[in-house]
Amino acid sequence: MPILETQGLTYTYSVGSPFEKTAVDHVDLSIDEGEMVGVMGHTGSGKSTLIQHFNGLLKPTSGKVLLEGKDIWEDKEKIRDVRFKVGLVFQYPEYQIFEETVYKDIAFGPRNMGLDEAEIKRRVLETANDIGLREELLDRSPFELSGGQKRRVAIAGVMAMEPKVLILDEPTAGLDPAGRDKILDHIKAYHQRTKNTILIVSHSMEDIAGFADKILVMNKARLFCYDETKQVFGRSEEISQIGLDVPQITRVFDRLKGRGLDFGKEVYTVGYARDLLLSRLSEREGQ
Amino acid sequence: MLRDITIGQYFPGDSLIHRLDPRFKIVMTLVYILMLFTGSHILCLAVGTVYTVMAIALSGIPLKMFIRSVKPLLPFLVITAAINLFLVDSGDVLFTWKFVKITEGGVNISIFMLVRIVLLIMGSSLLTYTTSPIALTDAIERLLSPLKKLRFPVHELAMMMSIALRFIPTLIEETDKIISAQKARGAEIDTGSIVTRAKNMVSILVPLFISSFRRADELATAMECRCYNGGEGRTRLRQLHAGYRDVIALTVTLIFYASAITVSILLK
Repeated sequence: MPILETQGLTYTYSVGSPFEKTAVDHVDLSIDEGEMVGVMGHTGSGKSTLIQHFNGLLKPTSGKVLLEGKDIWEDKEKIRDVRFKVGLVFQYPEYQIFEETVYKDIAFGPRNMGLDEAEIKRRVLETANDIGLREELLDRSPFELSGGQKRRVAIAGVMAMEPKVLILDEPTAGLDPAGRDKILDHIKAYHQRTKNTILIVSHSMEDIAGFADKILVMNKARLFCYDETKQVFGRSEEISQIGLDVPQITRVFDRLKGRGLDFGKEVYTVGYARDLLLSRLSEREGQ
Repeated sequence: MLRDITIGQYFPGDSLIHRLDPRFKIVMTLVYILMLFTGSHILCLAVGTVYTVMAIALSGIPLKMFIRSVKPLLPFLVITAAINLFLVDSGDVLFTWKFVKITEGGVNISIFMLVRIVLLIMGSSLLTYTTSPIALTDAIERLLSPLKKLRFPVHELAMMMSIALRFIPTLIEETDKIISAQKARGAEIDTGSIVTRAKNMVSILVPLFISSFRRADELATAMECRCYNGGEGRTRLRQLHAGYRDVIALTVTLIFYASAITVSILLK
């Protein structure tokens, strides 16, 4: 069942001024419940504008956004409820931290929802655990923490609202490889536990390829494709043409194919490539 | 909402006004302000209006932009006009109702003040619209340089001004982002009661302060890396050159000023 849909979604900045620009152009989408979706696209492709429509931060110039089949702009007064159902974590979310303690900052969202103290506490503890923040950190000032920890505090702040759809805009930007892996692992674990829908915006195919069920590619304000991961990487040539990087391992296998070694399958993770090669080798030995 | 702020906005162009030496432009703006405030006769303002219209026409910047510069001050203008209208008691009485009394003098003064303030805003907007912030601070530094003898930190002041102007758009963008991020966490910023809104301001101001300090810190480091150590011995990439054009423009301005004074003396 689709949880999030868009119909002819179009958004134009600064209508009527010389700076008028259509950032999202007639996008039709349907995202099913429980999916892990990777969102890709170049800078300026409209992906950030697109995701800000999902929780009603931006109002479409024309077209609709449907959450659980209902137009989110049907009742303007209820737009805040949409924001609790669709949690959006911005790029560099650590810059939004403002409370004195980690606990209070994570509790900001749930408190805005009007929950009682006991429920807030349960949610804070649970999400802190999900995102890998030790309990003794909760009473510390968030400003004393490391960059990666601050990032996780900010992500926890949105997760604690227990949104049905969680959208993360470049959650790993500017982190070292260890910090990046840690965040991605925690997001994966969270997805497995809650079975919620997750959208991750990323520049790096390598990051997404490993675990996204589906991939959405934006190009020049339009939806370029939205399909299962392996289908999308099956079009690796087109994807390179619009200026996005396909994973290195996919490129290696594309080259091998060019030289006559066709595995007949789309390869986009190193682990899968290894298995494929090993089975091919054992087949040979068997002959 | 935040994008409507036009303070310090600059519209690049190549008009006569754009090409004038910024030092002369500042002096002319000061003369212009004097012109608006010396005369008390309505004809003085007519002179000022002619001058303003002429300058705006020469700048090639759409009139719309000047109207926009007045807009934020509208409430202030209305209050000023209303106070003058109701409180000034001179000349013939035009209208009375209970304790309200409107006199001819009141009407005159309120219109006079209104036009005066609008001209003042438009004229000073013309300066910032046609002069890049860098040129403006350069000019201020040069104009104030005699004060250096009194150990007044002229260069530091000018540097601070240019940094402040440079960061206005950056901070506006940053504020926009923080507002969106907190809204995404359910903060009520443009909805809800005044009390909740005020409380939620904290969630915007704290991150904004922190990021301003961070930026200041980074900027200081970057400046030190490029061996900045104050104005001593620093040369300029862009030298200011005054030409005959600037002298003519200043002369025209002074003639206008002189005629405003003449008018107010003769018609007293």
